[in-house]
Amino acid sequence: MKAVAHIPRTRRAVALISGGLDSMLAARVMQDQGLHVEGLNFFTGFCVEGHTHAIRNNPNRKPRRNNALWVAEQLGMPLHIVDVIEEYKSVLLRPRHGYGANLNPCLDCKTFMVGKALEWMQAHDFDFIITGEVLGQRPMSQRRDTFPVVARESGANDRLLRPLCAQLQPPTLPEREGWVDREQLYGFSGRTRKPQIALARQLGIEDYAQPAGGCCFLTDVAYSRKLRDLWQSRAKRDYDLDDIMLLKVGRHLRPKPHLKVIVARDAGETRYLRGYRKRFTYLDMTSHNGPLTLVEGERDDADVELAARIAARFGQGREAKSVSFQFVSRDGIERELQVAPFTVDEVLEDWYL
Amino acid sequence: MSTYQLDATGLLCPLPVIRTQDRVATLRQGDVLSVHCTDPGALLDIPAWCRIHGHELLSTQENEEEVLICIRVRK
Ligand code: SF4
Repeated sequence: MKAVAHIPRTRRAVALISGGLDSMLAARVMQDQGLHVEGLNFFTGFCVEGHTHAIRNNPNRKPRRNNALWVAEQLGMPLHIVDVIEEYKSVLLRPRHGYGANLNPCLDCKTFMVGKALEWMQAHDFDFIITGEVLGQRPMSQRRDTFPVVARESGANDRLLRPLCAQLQPPTLPEREGWVDREQLYGFSGRTRKPQIALARQLGIEDYAQPAGGCCFLTDVAYSRKLRDLWQSRAKRDYDLDDIMLLKVGRHLRPKPHLKVIVARDAGETRYLRGYRKRFTYLDMTSHNGPLTLVEGERDDADVELAARIAARFGQGREAKSVSFQFVSRDGIERELQVAPFTVDEVLEDWYL
Repeated sequence: MSTYQLDATGLLCPLPVIRTQDRVATLRQGDVLSVHCTDPGALLDIPAWCRIHGHELLSTQENEEEVLICIRVRK
C-alpha cells in the first residue's frame, strides 16, 4: 500500500477590516505569509464608512467608495459585511467598561466585534482572527492592559493575533503552532503613523484611507452631544437606525426643552429628510428657495412659529419681511404659514446641538 | 435559473450591499437578482462587491430617483 503524503492545510485567518490602512496592512502581511484571508466588516449604524457623506450635495464629487470593499478588492480577498445594528445596541447602551472621550465604548466594541468574528470563524472553519490594532495607538482599547481584556472577554483568547504589534505581545497560538512566522510580524507601537506608512510603501500600497479620529461617529464630540440630547429628551436611552442616521444629517437645534428643529443644509439633505416626512411634522418653504425642516415635539402654534422662524433664517428669504411655508403635521394636516425670519442674533448659539 | 427582485430603496450604503449579499447567499448559480436602490453610492459598492465575490454585473441603470443594478449569481 502506498503511503499518502500529508499535505498541510492552508491556514485560514479572518481579518477585521475597517477600511483604514492598519487593517489593510494586517491582512496583507498574513497573505504574504501564504495564509488564506477573508475580511469581516461590521455595520453598527455609526460607521463613518458608507455614503452618509453622499447625502450632502456636492456636484463636483462622485459618491465616495466604501473603503472596506475597496481594501478587499485591492487585496483580492472576499469581504463579508455584517449588519450588527440591533446587537450593537447593548454594547453602546450598557458598556461594561464605560465610554472613551465621547460616547465611544471602544473596549466593549472591540470585544463585541472580536466575539462576532470568533462566531464567524467557528462557523466557517477558519483558524484564527487578526486585527490591525497597534499597541498604544488608541487610548481605550489598544493598551497593553486592555489587549488581553478583549482577547479574554471575546472568547478568542490566543486565537486573536495582531500582526502589526505581535512582537510586543506574548506569542499567540498561530505563532506557537508555526502557522505564521513571528519573525515576519511587527512591533509597532504608539500614536505615530510613520511605521505603517513606511510598511505600506514597502508593500507597494500607495492609495489608502486615513480616517481621522476613529472608525465611527461615536468618537465625534458633536455627534455624541446630539445622541445624548436624544436620550435626554425621550427620558430613555434607546435608539433605532432612523434616529442615528438622522443625527448625521442637517443642523439640529433645540430652542425649547421639548422642541427640536432639524434644518437641511443643502438640496441633498433636503432630499434625504423628505424620506422622514411621515415620522415628523415638517415645514416646506414655498415663497423662497430653502431647506426642508423637520420639527419634533411641537405642542402649540407658538412652537410651530418658532420652528418656522428658525427655518426661515436658513433659506434665501432670510432678509425678507415674510417667508411662507407649507406646514404639515404628523397626522397629515396641511396649512399655509407666514413668518418673519429670525435675525442671525435671534437664533441663539446654545440652541445648536 | 430564476430572476428575483430586491427592494433596497431608502437604505443608505452599506445596507444595500448587505441586503444584496444576504440575498445572493440564498440563490443558485445563474440566478439573476435586480436590486432597486435610492442611494447612488450603491452604484460603486454593489459592483465592487460583485467583483470581489466573482458575481457578474449585468447592468446598471440610474435615473433621478432610483438606481437599478442587475447581477447574475456565480457560485
Ligand atoms: S471608534 Fe467606534 S467602531 Fe471603533 S472601536 Fe471605538 S466605538 Fe468601536
